[in-house]
Amino acid sequence: MSDRFFPKTSPGTRGLQLHEPLIFERSEQGRMGVSLPEAGVPEADPASEIPAELLRGEIDHFPSVTEVQAVRHFVRLSQMNYGVDSGFFPLGSCTMKFNPKVNEWAARLPGFSGAHPYLPEEQSQGALELMYRLERSLSEIAGMAATTLEPAAGAQGELTGLMMIRAWHIDNHGTPRKKVLIPDSAHGTNPASAALLGYETVQLPSNADGVLEPETVAAAMDEDVACLMMTNPNTLGIFETHIEEICRIVHAKGGLVYGDGANMNALLGIARPGDMGIDVMHYNLHKTFSTPHGGGGPGAGPVAMVEKLVPYLPRPFVVKDGDRFRLDFDRPKSVGKLRTFWGNFGMHVRAYAYIREYGPQGLRDVSQLAVLNAQYIRALIEDEWDVAYENRSLHEVVYTDKNLKETGVTTMDVAKALIDHGYHPPTVYFPLIVAGALMVEPTETETKETLENFADALKAIAAQAREEPAALKAMPKKPIVERLDETRAARKPVLRWTPGFGTEA
Amino acid sequence: MRYLPHTESDIQQMLAKIGVKSLDELFTTIPAHLQLDRPLAIEPALDERALMDHLESLANKQPKDAPFLGAGAYPHHVPPSVDQLLLRGELYTAYTPYQPEIAQGTLQITFEFQTFVTLLTGLEVANASMYDGASAAAEAALMAVRVSGGKRSRIVVSKALHPEYRDVIRTYHTEGFEVVEVPFGADGRTDMKALEAAVDDNTAGVLVGYPNFFGVVDDLAGAAKIAAAKGALAISCTTEALSFGLLQAPGALGVDIAVGEMQSFGNGLNFGGPGLGFFATREKFLRQFPGRVAGATVDRTGKRGFVLTLSTREQHIRREKATSNICTNHGLNATAATIHLSMLGRHGLRALALLNWRRAKYARDRLAAAGRKAVFSGPVFNEFAIHAPADAVERIARAGLSGGLPLKRYYPDLSDGLLLCVTELHDKSRIDALVAALA
Repeated sequence: MSDRFFPKTSPGTRGLQLHEPLIFERSEQGRMGVSLPEAGVPEADPASEIPAELLRGEIDHFPSVTEVQAVRHFVRLSQMNYGVDSGFFPLGSCTMKFNPKVNEWAARLPGFSGAHPYLPEEQSQGALELMYRLERSLSEIAGMAATTLEPAAGAQGELTGLMMIRAWHIDNHGTPRKKVLIPDSAHGTNPASAALLGYETVQLPSNADGVLEPETVAAAMDEDVACLMMTNPNTLGIFETHIEEICRIVHAKGGLVYGDGANMNALLGIARPGDMGIDVMHYNLHKTFSTPHGGGGPGAGPVAMVEKLVPYLPRPFVVKDGDRFRLDFDRPKSVGKLRTFWGNFGMHVRAYAYIREYGPQGLRDVSQLAVLNAQYIRALIEDEWDVAYENRSLHEVVYTDKNLKETGVTTMDVAKALIDHGYHPPTVYFPLIVAGALMVEPTETETKETLENFADALKAIAAQAREEPAALKAMPKKPIVERLDETRAARKPVLRWTPGFGTEA
Repeated sequence: MRYLPHTESDIQQMLAKIGVKSLDELFTTIPAHLQLDRPLAIEPALDERALMDHLESLANKQPKDAPFLGAGAYPHHVPPSVDQLLLRGELYTAYTPYQPEIAQGTLQITFEFQTFVTLLTGLEVANASMYDGASAAAEAALMAVRVSGGKRSRIVVSKALHPEYRDVIRTYHTEGFEVVEVPFGADGRTDMKALEAAVDDNTAGVLVGYPNFFGVVDDLAGAAKIAAAKGALAISCTTEALSFGLLQAPGALGVDIAVGEMQSFGNGLNFGGPGLGFFATREKFLRQFPGRVAGATVDRTGKRGFVLTLSTREQHIRREKATSNICTNHGLNATAATIHLSMLGRHGLRALALLNWRRAKYARDRLAAAGRKAVFSGPVFNEFAIHAPADAVERIARAGLSGGLPLKRYYPDLSDGLLLCVTELHDKSRIDALVAALA
């Protein structure tokens, strides 16, 4: 591997990375890593009350380590990870922006982190007020009447929105209707959520410009269609120019329009889904509003809606009565509950802090600069890298591996090479309608220099692909492991440690 | 703004390179009349210190003492070591580990979490987490229907299961499903005769709390036998996972799916969310279960490593044919639980569970001696219901404590029932103060 293809700004991962066994392989019986109080109450034996067949002793194979061992174990594991705090993370559709540290502080305030959801309202005023203020902000940003904070993640938000649509149809048309229209560029959660409710999904093709044509919607639209699910800007990052007309077509046949808010980072303070004709949408607080992704969650997927859908939102809904805040459970038309309690409140605190720190102008700046950053990378590399759709997108741009075709280097190889350059790869092979897609979403929190360095890395990779394709195929070399055998993992699933594990590998 | 890096000169240079004159020109694909022509009507921006003051003022309106209250969300000590590890930026600012070479930390922790769940539940496979116990229960019921090949549509649920779990199961099961509830007896356990009568050849799954909403250790083995006799899956729902330190594993009692809430390990209350749903089942259902899962493999040099696997069940591959729509899960909460369980270890887990039981027993005995008798006669772990005066919650608050859930909120027949929970955060003097407040 020659260093001439590695600009000085591509240091890769050279940190201290140590092999670390499983915690179950570190164990030595007799050790413990917690400090427990004396009971301080009279001795008693559970066997005096609980039948013997329902009791168990210590659990075999549970590890036994000290706090020191556990701390080192998890610190070492963390060093094998790459997060937004480690470096540039241009993962398209996931909006990996900086996660403000003050938000973590806020969520850990004892009054919030120790709040029990079933305490009486008078003992929950601070938490309820925060939820109410967040609800009002999210409704204004969406241009809609109300927002339920209950859904745990975007996919649960989709399910919530679809349930409300379903309930509205039953109320107004005496039937839930049968079909849901979904463009071919949509996230996989859209059809999966629709299928959970028994809807037949109808896939709509986008046109050569990557947008949905009103004619396509009109042709598919009939009175069996419950709703159209749209992401706007769509997963190509392109604004659906015909959104208003499309909404009119759907509404004319008694249907509703669901908005997947995954890409709201392009629109804050610039345009509002409610003004476009969209009836109900979910946010991903872990994308647009900076709550951390946590290596896979938790997220939060609040759902905003227009007035006519408000009666159907999940129970309960936070309301303000005079200067008091309360949870309103008396909602006879509600679709019910999708999870326990009132939502991922820990995420609500962070998102609220984020919105308050930016304010109205700041949020508009966020979206403007997110788009500027995405388009700047494009301007830097579009001579060498194929752009999937020529027309201008917003906060993300989808590139392809087409220009590398004769080298045999694929999008997956590019992604793995970027790891050695020190970057998290973009989203790859999504959306499904773009062959060899590389979806780059830099977000607003990255400097001009970072974007330029990343562009240099992509150009160097393209050059190396032409001269040393085999070297690229062997990447990444710098992380603690090289490319992993995913086929073996799926064919012979090993999903837990058992005694003797790993000795054969 | 400290998170936005560009100087005015940066912006001008970047616009010039792009070939546009202004930031507004980047948005010309949005029809002009759809663009907002006014600032968002949201509250003004705050500097960091003002923001902190504002948030503190809200948080300070909340009580800080650990409530005598569980009911699905349990007050437990979270060691500072757990929280400080969670604040490692490499862990909490990472994404879902789709690029395994630079996500071995998340993946190995997930693998360890799955192992902990199988050890606690006595089952063979577990996923990387669900949103919470209730949505995990609903997913378990959906899986039971799937396992029957869609031929069975009845879900039988104990009325002693957490009311919100039952609510969520009903919400998730819309068209074509029948959710039937069976009553509980004077001991607070599910009425086995009624259960036997309700489970028929069309029943896909039977759900029982373990311990149930009243804190009572239900007859899980009995319920599992009834389910098995009709070819239905037995599903246990555990809201207080610490009970696994004392109580027999559901897998050893014949259940097919064990789900529930693991917030008790390493996670705060957070006003009820995020929780930590867990999902474990038998190996034979591997291709039917929902959610992400990490598996072991090797890299090209033969070195051990971990990847997300069995993704052909999932929505990003299977779309409308996926086993669930779940995408984002509660990975960081699972990380917290994995760290806490590692530190507890085999001795600490047992000792902490025993401590909870003993303190709860002391509270029960003292309350009974003060005339506040138990509502149910069945055995309990760290939660229990007592007959209490109508103003019990106010009395507890007046004593400078908090907690107690009036059961009439969910069970009108249990009009004077008060659900209490005692954990390691409640020492003898606090318990004595609680008893004095209710005596």
